[in-house]
Amino acid sequence: MAGQSTYQPKSRGARWLESRLPILGLVHSSFIVYPTPRNLNYWWNFGAILTFMLGAQIATGIVLAMHYTPDAALALNSTEYIMRDVNYGWLLRYLHANGASLFFFAVYIHLFRGLYYGSYKEPREVLWILGVIILLLMIAAAFMGYVLPWGQMSFWAATVITNLFSAIPLVGKTITTWLWGGFSVDNPTLNRFYSLHYLLPFMIAGVVVLHIWALHVPGNGNPTGVPVKSKEDTVAFHPYYTAKDLFGLTVFLVLFAWVVFYIPNFLGHADNYVAANPLKTPPHIVPEWYFLPFYAILRAIPNKLFGVIALFAAIAVLFFVPWLDTSRVRSATYRPLYRQFFWIFVVDAIGLGYIGSQPPEGGFIIAGQILTAYYFIHFLIILPVIGLVERPKPLPSSITESVLARNGAHAGALAAKG
Amino acid sequence: MATTDSAEHGEPTRRDFIYIATGAAAAVGAALVAWPLIDQMNPDAAALALATVEVDISQIAVGQSIIVKWRGKPVVIRQRTPQEIEGAKAIAVDQLIDPIARNDNLPANAPATDDNRSAVSASGTAKGKEAWLVMIQICTHLGCVPLGQQGDYNGWFCPCHGSQYDAAGRVRHGPAPQNMEIPVFAFETDTKIKIG
Repeated sequence: MAGQSTYQPKSRGARWLESRLPILGLVHSSFIVYPTPRNLNYWWNFGAILTFMLGAQIATGIVLAMHYTPDAALALNSTEYIMRDVNYGWLLRYLHANGASLFFFAVYIHLFRGLYYGSYKEPREVLWILGVIILLLMIAAAFMGYVLPWGQMSFWAATVITNLFSAIPLVGKTITTWLWGGFSVDNPTLNRFYSLHYLLPFMIAGVVVLHIWALHVPGNGNPTGVPVKSKEDTVAFHPYYTAKDLFGLTVFLVLFAWVVFYIPNFLGHADNYVAANPLKTPPHIVPEWYFLPFYAILRAIPNKLFGVIALFAAIAVLFFVPWLDTSRVRSATYRPLYRQFFWIFVVDAIGLGYIGSQPPEGGFIIAGQILTAYYFIHFLIILPVIGLVERPKPLPSSITESVLARNGAHAGALAAKG
Repeated sequence: MATTDSAEHGEPTRRDFIYIATGAAAAVGAALVAWPLIDQMNPDAAALALATVEVDISQIAVGQSIIVKWRGKPVVIRQRTPQEIEGAKAIAVDQLIDPIARNDNLPANAPATDDNRSAVSASGTAKGKEAWLVMIQICTHLGCVPLGQQGDYNGWFCPCHGSQYDAAGRVRHGPAPQNMEIPVFAFETDTKIKIG
């Protein structure tokens, strides 16, 4: 992926394989000698963390599927059976359910990292678009997984989300009936969601391969945004970033383990331990925390069709970010104006999440509308305009120069000693 | 594309025709094979077979409702109070968010008068039937089940996104775009109705 492979197989077996399928050389050039900017900070750990989380979700998901029954009459009981009777079932389910939350936590950090450091800019537009596609697939997978326990929240989440499609003019009703396999969310819906929930992670894995491929063509970005210019600017992926990624992953897993072992139900809803009842909607239905900002956008607009359009537009706008941002400077470190608006946008997104968790009444409606408007203003107006009016700070001439300047005093002291 | 060839030679060749014919046949074949894969998701024979229910309404007093399940959906059968009927009749149709009756017993463009919403529409006679409301109790916004006899309009309130309906199940406050749907139903006798 990164130029001609310099891999020389050492053993006879490796030579035999390499001449028939050059996979060892591919791994060698992509993950061992792969030249990586020497100045990546901890925000660059989340790619590795996300890859791990995808693998962990697939592993726990496959074993959970060995005990779960996708039938409307049995699903909730089989979930409880996993929790009570299956050996370590409680652990596997808590890992899987909370793993989804941690997965989204990591993906949002990864996404905001990209927004801050301009990771989407030329020549990494396709890399960014593949990332947004992964996000969409993750949203679909998480939603369908949430439906499987077939509790009250599962059922009503399925109802509300599938009804989003009923907003489509003329064919909306036909589409929802087709999605449901009936005239309401019922057993056929549960069955197909289970099938797709099993499929989607493997589709995600496929797009992740493309994502990494698209990353390895131009190589990593870095906190300065200045491209790699010489061999001095990079270090080998192994051992430098394998070690750093493993350290970051370990810290992340401490958080994961804390959630799983100490607050496994904190992120869930008690109502989802009540069996699905198509005749009664729980008094306060909210999605999982990672969908709350989008939910707030849906509710901000007092018109069904436009609310649904806004919801989808909130994600779709991400596809266009590489072209909406007009600045030639990548990193917000050298963009004093953009940096401020970036943090305002972070606050806006968190604010939308809070509004999404609150009932749609009184001041929350107005606040939700203001935050929603700002969400789109950020992408559609602020991002293009700032790039034109902003006066960026001078860029370092190379990655190495920025690293040495930051450690200038230290390096100077060393040089004096030497 | 086949036109490259023809641009060079001036007019379409026999080979251009074969390319297009082959491509067209393959596209039709692919669509034919795809259809069963798509249509299998539509309601199956068993789901379609559950299409009618009969309900005894003799035990429902004035001001009471029952909910029955029809096609997996909650259908409310309510004997409305005189005040509710009066209130619902007092509203001019052109003041409503959705002026269409949304009543499967009537033409698609019937106006949302109280008579067109109540059981009068299904029985064809106003005598003693205007108190009855038979309605799919599903919010037309995103499909939640609204709570009965709540909200500011003497009708239904949806806890999910705050839509409100009046005593005839007509939407009075967004985000719901339409009145709640009236299913096809008929009085078999005065105390028995058939839904569907």
